[in-house]
Parts: sequence; structure tokens; C-alpha cells
Amino acid sequence: MYSKGVLLKKQVGFVHAVDHISFTVKRKETFGLVGESGCGKTTTARVILNLIEPTSGEVLLGKKNVFEMFKAASKANKLELRRKMQLIFQNPYGSLDPRMTVFDIISEPFIIHKHVPKSQWKERVYVLLKLVGLEEYHAERYPHEFSGGQRQRICMARALAVEPTFLIADEPVSSLDVSIRAQILNLLGELQERMGLAYLYISHDLSSVRQISHRVAVMYLGQIVEHAGTDELFKKRLHPYTEALVRAVPIPDPKLKIKKIILPGEVPSPINPPSGCRFHPRCPKAEKICSQKEPPMEELRKGHFAACHFPLLD
Amino acid sequence: MEEALLSIEGLKTYFFTEAGVVKAVDGISFSLMKGESLGLVGESGSGKTVTALSVLRIVPKPGKITGGKIEFSGKNLLKNTEKEMQQMRGSEIAIIFQDPSSSLNPVYTVETQLTDVVMAHQTVSRSEAKRKAIEILNLVGIPEAETRMREYPHQFSGGMKQRVAIARALACQPTLLFADEPTTNLDVTIQAQVLNLLNDLKKKLGMSLVMITHDMGVIAEMTSRIVVLYAGRVCEIAGTNELFERPKHPYTESLLAAVPRLDMRKTLRVIPGNIPNLITPPSGCRFHPRCSYAKPACKQRIPILEEIKPRHIIACHEWRNISLTGEKAAD
Repeated sequence: MYSKGVLLKKQVGFVHAVDHISFTVKRKETFGLVGESGCGKTTTARVILNLIEPTSGEVLLGKKNVFEMFKAASKANKLELRRKMQLIFQNPYGSLDPRMTVFDIISEPFIIHKHVPKSQWKERVYVLLKLVGLEEYHAERYPHEFSGGQRQRICMARALAVEPTFLIADEPVSSLDVSIRAQILNLLGELQERMGLAYLYISHDLSSVRQISHRVAVMYLGQIVEHAGTDELFKKRLHPYTEALVRAVPIPDPKLKIKKIILPGEVPSPINPPSGCRFHPRCPKAEKICSQKEPPMEELRKGHFAACHFPLLD
Repeated sequence: MEEALLSIEGLKTYFFTEAGVVKAVDGISFSLMKGESLGLVGESGSGKTVTALSVLRIVPKPGKITGGKIEFSGKNLLKNTEKEMQQMRGSEIAIIFQDPSSSLNPVYTVETQLTDVVMAHQTVSRSEAKRKAIEILNLVGIPEAETRMREYPHQFSGGMKQRVAIARALACQPTLLFADEPTTNLDVTIQAQVLNLLNDLKKKLGMSLVMITHDMGVIAEMTSRIVVLYAGRVCEIAGTNELFERPKHPYTESLLAAVPRLDMRKTLRVIPGNIPNLITPPSGCRFHPRCSYAKPACKQRIPILEEIKPRHIIACHEWRNISLTGEKAAD
């Protein structure tokens, strides 16, 4: 990935959007990826789906290497791969074609993947609509006739039309109203139970990540700085960035007075990231070594990994 | 007796569109005390922004204030001439919006935009206005204010732009500031910086603040009293602690139960259905189609606001017959 100067079309530098990231998502599990804007969450999702080619590294789906499959395999195999991994976007207004009816939208995957005979399309679309909490008569309508939450349901029905095993949800509730968010979060949970889906849930909203994920990784400037089981991670923060992030979130309880940690400055540019630990210029615990040596990812508690020279251990 | 700085009574702001009349604000009443931080909470289409725009009398066309009274420091703003309103905007009442990039002018430097505000309201020279601008930029925490003010808005990051917008709103030390979702577009760590700044400035300048947001966390942290709006009407008004612990309106309760919390995992309760269309809003209580406690009367009669105990006001027919639960602290 690189950015180009607009006038001269000269490569001006590399954006290290995602740098040495490793994680696994287990079957039937929700893996939460949380971080602020520009930390590389969405880029990670796009690389997994091979929408962006990575500079190096590999993604395995089951035992298959996704990039090699996409490079070498026949069209049929590529489609097979696409069927297994699907994506739901943040903005359900931009990701549905306004000139297609809901029926056309949900049955379009059948045209591409040819896994459902035409005689069964109608039935399947109705089943999918039911599955996401919509009615049969909605099939004849156009996207503009629906509210944001309903549109997100249509997007989910379309993603589920190819019977995927792995679903990437990139900020699926961020553009929705509070009362609608809960509906969609609960629906994601129900679908996981019924269909055995695995999710990669990407969000900047820590509260919703906590609500839905089994395991969570925290990203900062293109790297994972900490990952663990959800309850473990939020109860026992080891990385100073996670600690600051968690303490920055306003809790809907006026009696609870949490001591805030207000981080100075802003997230630096990924074109020229800070040396050593990338968080060191904003870190309240930083010492000399932090600007010199990149901290390795270590298992500091059982199943709880962090990359920090001075983790917050008791 | 506390003194009300702003009191709104039966405010109605309608939008006369081709599709029909959108009753965006339909009889909203509340008041704001001097020095208070009041929260206006509601989902999209609840009328929170339109209420703020109505107070400043900057409702965009085809919207019109069609009824009610807005008293600010004892004067009815709806009787003011446009010229009188112009003098008040910025100097007495100011507003900051969700998206600072669209409220700052991209073709003028920050310096020009700040000094213009000062010179519009005070008879000062440009150099004096510039000195004031630097002072206010320092106050909102922009480093090297003197150099940076010569830059254009696009040269600032999102958080810094919002600081500039705050600086411009506060340049003439207004007594009342509306903050309309001021941190919704910002990252959490930057949100914490900006909220902290707003709290500090409020104390330093002794102004009143109306915080408009849908984020229950921000509201819990920033306000002392809350007005809950739904579909253009007031549901409930109470002190922040009281509202979170003992909500009396079913909508408030469901809203609290629908929000995930970082400090604990809970079962999210879903509010069924969607936000109503304001051209043909539901009859009676506007929440009745989504309310699990609704009785036939809720469909027929509009509930009126009543003070059920001191400083706790709600509009609900059924409140005597239902018991609701508030938010409990984490274990």
C-alpha cells in the first residue's frame, strides 16, 4: 500500500497502515478488533478479504492460504473462497444499490455463485428475510423505503445468502440510533448461535465490542498492542494504551466516578511512525528504552498477551 | 429560588415540506438555570437539534417556528428582530456543531474567522481582536496559537478543529453555549480531551451549557439535569442521578437498557420497532406503538407533563401503574 502525490504521480512514502499483525479467529467465535481511527482496523479486514494486497504476510482460512488461492486458483475456487467470507459495512445507505429491490439485492449472490436453482430463489429470499427479522412483503421494496436498522438487516441477509462461515462486520452499528443498535447487536448474537458463524467484529466503540466479543485485540497505529479474552482484557488492562482507552470512555452511570487518563496529543502519522514502541510519545509510563526498542508481544497472564516494556502488572 | 436563564414553553417548529408538514418540535417545554449543565437526550428525529436552532432562530427553510415562547434573560426571543438576534448570536448565545469542518469556513484562516467574530460584537481594533483570539486559542489548548492561527481549517486535525470551533463560539464569552454532539465524530481519547476542556471552560467562564447528544455515557458525565426527547416531545425531565437510577418514563428506561456498558456485560433489551415518521406521528403518546406498558388511553390522549415529585417531570399516562428499573452500578 502506498500513497501517491496527486500532481506528479510520484510515490511519496509508504503508509504502514497495518504492520506485523497476527491473530486467529476460532470457529463460532466473535473476535473483536478495537482501536481509534487510522489504527488499521478496516485495512486488516480488507486484507483478509484480499481486497487489498498485503506487502507481506499470510492469511489462512481453515488450512488454505487465502492469498495464494486468489493468485493461483481458478475462478470457481475463488468464488468458493468468497462464499466462505463475507463483509458487512458501516454505512447501510452506501452499500445497497438504490435501484434494486430487496429481492434483487438478496438474490444477486445466487446469480454470481449459482448455488441456488432459480426455482428456489423466492423461497430462499423469504427465509433469509425472516432470519434477519424482516417480512416477506419487504422483498418488493427499494432500499430508500427502509430505516437504517432495517437496511443493515438487508445487508446481513445478503451476506448470509451465500452461507458463509466467517463474517467480517466493520462498524455495523456505528451509524445507527441507540435503540436500533441493540436490535442489531442481539441479531448478530442470535445468528451466530443458529448458524455457527465466526465474526470479526471491528469497531471503535469499546462498549459494543465488550458486549459482543469473546476475545478482543486492541490496535494502535497499525499494530496489535494487547489481546485476551474479553472479560480478562477489560478487567485487567496490561497495556497503558488499553488502560487509557478504557478510562476515556464515558460510562452511562452518573454515580460512577472513574479517574480519567487523558492522553496528550493525537495519533501520529503512519507514514513515519514513532520508533520503538509506537505509543511512546503519548504514553504516561514511557522511559528511554520505549523509544529505542520495539516491545515484543508476550503472554503476561494466562491467555493474555501484551506488547509493552512496562506492562501494568501488580 | 434559582433563576432561569432560558425558558422554553410549548415550542413548535414545523418543516413545511412537499411531502407534508414535519412536526420536528411539537410542544417542547423546559428551562435552564444560570450556570447549569443541561442534557438534551434523544435519538435522531427527536427534535434536539431543531430545539437548539430554534433558540438561536436559525431554523433552515422550509422550517418555521409556529408557536410557543422562548425566554432568554427575561426577553422573548421570538419577538426580537433579526438584527437584535444577530447581535445576540455569538455574544450571548453560541453553538458548536458535530462536524467542525462544515462549520468553519475553509477559505479563511483561523485568525480571520476568530477576529471577525470579536469585531462583529465588540468595538475593538483588529490588533486588539487578534490578541483576544490568541488568548482564547490558548484557553482551548491549541499549542503555538500565534503561528497556528495563520493556518486554514484543513491544516488542523479533527480534534484540533473542534477546539477551534469551540474557541470561535467562546470568543465573545457567551452566557449560554449549545454543544450539539460535539464529540460524536471524534475518537475516544480525543473525546475525553474535548469533554474535559468543555468542563474546564464552563467553570472558568461561568456559562450555562446545553449538551445535545444521544450518547448516554457523555450525558452521565457532563450534565446535572436531563431532558429526554422523543419524536418532538418531552418525555421526562429529571436530575441526572435521579434519571439514571429511577427513570419514570418507559422510553427513558428502555433507552438505558438498550445501551451496552464498558464496565459490565448485560443483556441488551431491545426497543421494538422504529422511530416514527414525523409527518404522520402516532396519535396520543408518540411512544405508544413501541411501549410495552401501553394501554388504550395512550393511543387516544396526549399525556401532559406533570411534576410527580420535586424536580422530576414526566409525560406518561401509566406511570402510577408501572414500576421501572434504572441502571445499576457494576459489581
